[in-house]
Amino acid sequence: MSQVEIWQDQYRVRAQGLPGATLPWLVTLRERAMERFVAMGWPTRRKEDWHHTSLAFLEGQTFKVPMRGAAPPEESLMGRLREGGAGHWLVFVNGWFNAALSQIGSLPEGATVDTMPQALIGHAERVEAHYGSAEDGGSPAALNAALATDGAYVHLARGVAVEAPIHLVFIATIAEGASHVRNLVIAEDGAEATLVEHYLGTSATATLTNAVTRIHAGADSRITHLKLQQEAEQALHLASIDTQQGRGSVFNSHSLSFGARLARNDITTRFAGEHCETLFNGMYHVDGKRHVDHHTVIDHALPHGVSREYYRGILDGSARGVFSGRIKVAPGAVKSDAMQRADSLLLSRQAEADARPELEIYAADVKCAHGATVGQIDDDSLFYLRARGMDEAHARNLLTYAFAAEALARIGVAPLRNRARAALLARLPGGHLLEELTS
Amino acid sequence: MLDINDLRVSVDGKPILNGLSLHVKAGEVHAIMGPNGSGKSTLAQVLAGRDSFQVDGGTVTYDGEDLLTQPAEVRARAGVFLAFQYPVEIPGVSNAYFLKAAVNAVRRHRGLQELDAMDFLKRVKSEMKAVGMKEEFLYRSVNEGFSGGEKKRNEVLQMTLLEPKLAVLDETDSGLDIDALKVVADGVNRLRAPDRALIVITHYQRLLDYIVPDYVHVLANGTIVRSGGPELAAELEERGYAWLAKAPEEQAKGVTT
Ligand SMILES: Nc1ncnc2c1ncn2[C@@H]1O[C@H](COP(=O)(O)OP(=O)(O)OP(=O)(O)O)[C@@H](O)[C@H]1O
Ligand SMILES: [Mg+2]
Repeated sequence: MSQVEIWQDQYRVRAQGLPGATLPWLVTLRERAMERFVAMGWPTRRKEDWHHTSLAFLEGQTFKVPMRGAAPPEESLMGRLREGGAGHWLVFVNGWFNAALSQIGSLPEGATVDTMPQALIGHAERVEAHYGSAEDGGSPAALNAALATDGAYVHLARGVAVEAPIHLVFIATIAEGASHVRNLVIAEDGAEATLVEHYLGTSATATLTNAVTRIHAGADSRITHLKLQQEAEQALHLASIDTQQGRGSVFNSHSLSFGARLARNDITTRFAGEHCETLFNGMYHVDGKRHVDHHTVIDHALPHGVSREYYRGILDGSARGVFSGRIKVAPGAVKSDAMQRADSLLLSRQAEADARPELEIYAADVKCAHGATVGQIDDDSLFYLRARGMDEAHARNLLTYAFAAEALARIGVAPLRNRARAALLARLPGGHLLEELTS
Repeated sequence: MLDINDLRVSVDGKPILNGLSLHVKAGEVHAIMGPNGSGKSTLAQVLAGRDSFQVDGGTVTYDGEDLLTQPAEVRARAGVFLAFQYPVEIPGVSNAYFLKAAVNAVRRHRGLQELDAMDFLKRVKSEMKAVGMKEEFLYRSVNEGFSGGEKKRNEVLQMTLLEPKLAVLDETDSGLDIDALKVVADGVNRLRAPDRALIVITHYQRLLDYIVPDYVHVLANGTIVRSGGPELAAELEERGYAWLAKAPEEQAKGVTT
């Protein structure tokens, strides 16, 4: 039996127990999504949008969905995680909400933060309106639509601002465990919030995360989303973030990818109103034989949209980093202003970076600029630091950090920026020597 | 303190220094002048340990030890300092971090206790005042967006903080206004001591009015073609370099003192 069929079996066995199993629309969506996954299989390099990342090897690998409540992480982990981080915390272990580790805290009137199963009971209609369809995304997203067990639900009524970040923490602890989480964020007009998706793992053997986050950013809303991917070394991480932006909304996406053997992030936003703004800020560090792929789409569907996209990758060992940035400007989307940059820093000769801008411009009177660089540590800078007494390793690490610092500086929320910096320093050899660095 | 004998250096097979000799004793100040492209910065960088240059022959000893085999950072810790002609911008690294890391790398080597944040700030702020730099330059990225003169002041600041034994200043006066020139000269003069030596590379007599050298050398085509006292600088200012090239038989092979 192939893996695809095993998943189908898992679906048949689990379908009744999935949240919202009595909602006809959801059952239909899941059936259809499962069919779609079976028909498509895991993506191979021949598939559009997957030219640099094949998941064909997943055909031969078995993952199972762990039981709810199985193998919770040590309590101390949450303590360390929460350190210095005010906010609302939802923790998911192996794809299941863990109430004991979570602390939603008090929210302003009009803000709802809950789990998806609860939302499917209490807010089924709203969930239905924004849940997405079986046809969204690639085959991993289809598998998620069929199997998603749990996830976060955030609803912000018109004009509601949640000041402290809403932290969603996903921890994989079980070998060969698969987590299918689906998060839904609905910000009505003028609402404001900062969301953090934090992925980590403690398993020394392979785990699979297959996550989907959908964000509806209403007119004039301001949503900041930061994803911090620090999964264990053997983890497979597949995730998509799909945003729809209403008129005048501002959506900032920060994607920091440090962990996992293979990580694929699909990040998409669509300007469904005029005068939208978006920032896609990305940074990753990969070493060894690891692989990270960011596949981004910014869809200027309507006029007067402004998008800024900056990705920075640090590649060591024989790691591979892929960035593809599609910018679509629809016919009639005049005065669209898009800028994209992708810069890669290679720390070893074996490392490989691919950066592909994909511009699909169907409107006149637009500004669209893009550029990509692949470089090494700058000799002049290295010599300058060494000429001041810093040993070569320290100087290299400092310059590596400096390369990433630009991406850190774009994270406007100071505690999140510090969290991101700490995560980066933890990856750099000799990173502790750089801790005194301030932005 | 520094003995350079018949130094030959090339880059990508192209010879730049062609048998250069120079001897500098503790307490002395040597000025090196010479036309553009003659090899002055190459000499300075080779002394500081830049390894993109190929040393094809000759020796350099510093305090009796072979300098050429040592990596740049070891030389820096042993007291060799180069004020860069073109200081490098390093976005993302604060000047404060950079200066503190440099000071402490040198202090560690000298067996001194590392400065903590407080002591360092006290020290650096007083030195910044002396070289006329505002405190904000501590919190900006290293040299990023600094004007030409501000970069040079930052070099002098590093020099005064690191208290080198052998300082090589590569056109630290270029691009400076008169006030800044005095600041640089003051910084250098404060550093003058019987156990220190200075090599000042410059195109202008002007600087040498403030930092009066013991010797002036002319570098042309990768070798020292003339050496003399401070009066040589004045002569060069008046006559340029062309007359030197016309009298090769007069060329000195460096000075032996
Ligand atoms: N990395 C390099 N690759 C090729 N040529 C080089 C390199 N570095 C120096 N050179 C050449 O070596 C020669 C000497 O350069 P250097 O910078 O030492 O001159 P300089 O005397 O300092 O000149 P200036 O007064 O203009 O500063 C020049 O012709 C220069 O082009
Ligand atoms: Mg020069």
